[in-house]
Amino acid sequence: MRTVWIIARREFRRYFTSPVGYLVLFLYLFILGLIVNNSLQQAYAFSVFQGAPPPGADIVIGPMLTLLVFSIPALTMRLLAEEQASGTLELLLTAPVRDWELVVGKWLGAFLFVVVLLALTLIYPLALHLLTEPGLDWGPVISGYLGLLLVSAALLALGVAVSALFRSQVAAFVVTLALFLFLWMISSLASAGSPSEGVLRYLDFGHHFYTSFFRGVIDLQGVVYYLSVTAFGLFVGTVIIESRRWRG
Amino acid sequence: MIKARGLTKYYGRRLAIDHLTFEAHKGEIVGFLGPNGAGKTTTMRILTGYMPPSDGDAWVAGYHVVDESLEVRRRVGYLPENVALYDDMTVWDYLRFMGQLRQVPDLDERIAEVLERVNLLERSESFIGSLSRGMRQRVGLAQAILHRPEVLILDEPTMGLDPAQRVEVRDLIREIGQEHTVMLSTHILSEAQELCDRVLIINEGRILAEDTPEELELRLRGAQRVRLQVSGPASAAELQTRLAALPGVLQVHAADAQHLEVELAPDAGRDLRPVLARAVLDAGYDLHEMCTVSLSLEDIFLQLIREEGASDQEAAAAEPSATTEAASSHPASEADEEA
Repeated sequence: MRTVWIIARREFRRYFTSPVGYLVLFLYLFILGLIVNNSLQQAYAFSVFQGAPPPGADIVIGPMLTLLVFSIPALTMRLLAEEQASGTLELLLTAPVRDWELVVGKWLGAFLFVVVLLALTLIYPLALHLLTEPGLDWGPVISGYLGLLLVSAALLALGVAVSALFRSQVAAFVVTLALFLFLWMISSLASAGSPSEGVLRYLDFGHHFYTSFFRGVIDLQGVVYYLSVTAFGLFVGTVIIESRRWRG
Repeated sequence: MIKARGLTKYYGRRLAIDHLTFEAHKGEIVGFLGPNGAGKTTTMRILTGYMPPSDGDAWVAGYHVVDESLEVRRRVGYLPENVALYDDMTVWDYLRFMGQLRQVPDLDERIAEVLERVNLLERSESFIGSLSRGMRQRVGLAQAILHRPEVLILDEPTMGLDPAQRVEVRDLIREIGQEHTVMLSTHILSEAQELCDRVLIINEGRILAEDTPEELELRLRGAQRVRLQVSGPASAAELQTRLAALPGVLQVHAADAQHLEVELAPDAGRDLRPVLARAVLDAGYDLHEMCTVSLSLEDIFLQLIREEGASDQEAAAAEPSATTEAASSHPASEADEEA
């Protein structure tokens, strides 16, 4: 675990010494701010003219998952692809580092960065809490953020696995994004009532989020789903690194 | 310290190294000499635990490179061919990172010590990306010796350096070699001769010869070639036959009407150049120029490959059951044990 932590810490710090980290932070917070601002104006109009209740945390948490789907490929693309392209992987793999420690360390570093990113977005629910009367229901906020953390863990693990597959960061980015969009749309592939619908819906990572965590429910099935996708991604990443050794 | 038995590696269907057997002992600097693509890097990557061999076994510091890979990696310092480093880290941070991964005790003191040794202490806060090629090489070396490894494996440690830097790095390797077992690869003959206690010549994945540098040099000097520029009453072709008749002369080859190339026997025992000069003059020719053509690395390989071909045939004819035992104990001529 010590090795994992050393690698994670370095990876986490690298986000703050390279433009990618700042760019993702800036864009994420900026676009989220625009969306929240827009929703607030609408909600204000509704409540003034039609007496609708004040907006809940959903106007913040709703768009956050979508933004993560586009941000995470940018965070994971370089993790292993860059090491392979520059050849630094060779030094890491000839140090006493197990393959899984490397993969998990990379993933953990990126996860910590996402934790920081999500923590920064808390200003929006806080602002909402101060702007509305009688304030925010914090239940859905807590479950929503827990859900976002779980989704991030899973998506990051898949991103790390894809990054292990490529030497080119651009290729890693494109394939990761395509994979996310595929998993995001997968349940719409099924025609209603068909036997495959249940399976496809289960594989859809958005589905687990929006039907439970987003609504203030912590669903065990969702937790298991995200944790198993995380484990799967890390396992596949490790296997790919291991196979690199065999292929040379 | 390093023991390899029948190491073989295939990349797909391409054979990269073919049954390599060799040893390196404690406190010894062993050189891998061969052209690019000979299998040097592959061999080193196997020894450092980066990748497993397709066949055969190797032990480093007493541990098996595949079964006890982690133990091997703890005891090996490695400088890869292209010294890939993290450009966005400072020298100090980079060494801290590698030192932490290798669990080096009293890390900060050790880093200062190592940087002092590679003469980079004043650049410790520089970003690696801003360093010159020679400095990067030294950072790579610092990283390799940071954890006081028992075995040091250096892949082309002086490649891409200017002559001054080359001397610097060589001095450093020689110094390190007094305490560690060092295995280095190079395609520069003089470097191998200068640095190594023993040299393995490798080509197309096979060890062609294993020699001490002295013996290697002897072999080189043996195959001396001399170029003559002459002019005279007749064409040089006539002189050719006269020179070829001299004792110690193996072959005379006429490059054109004025130039002759003379190959001298390895064991002539004395310098034959004055004899050649006199023979030219006695024949009524003028001698304009005489120079020794030193054998290039390529020539040596060609020669060794030829020798290998011949010895293979001999071995097949005389001793069909050649064993693969301890090639290193016969430093003399053909150490290549594969019949």
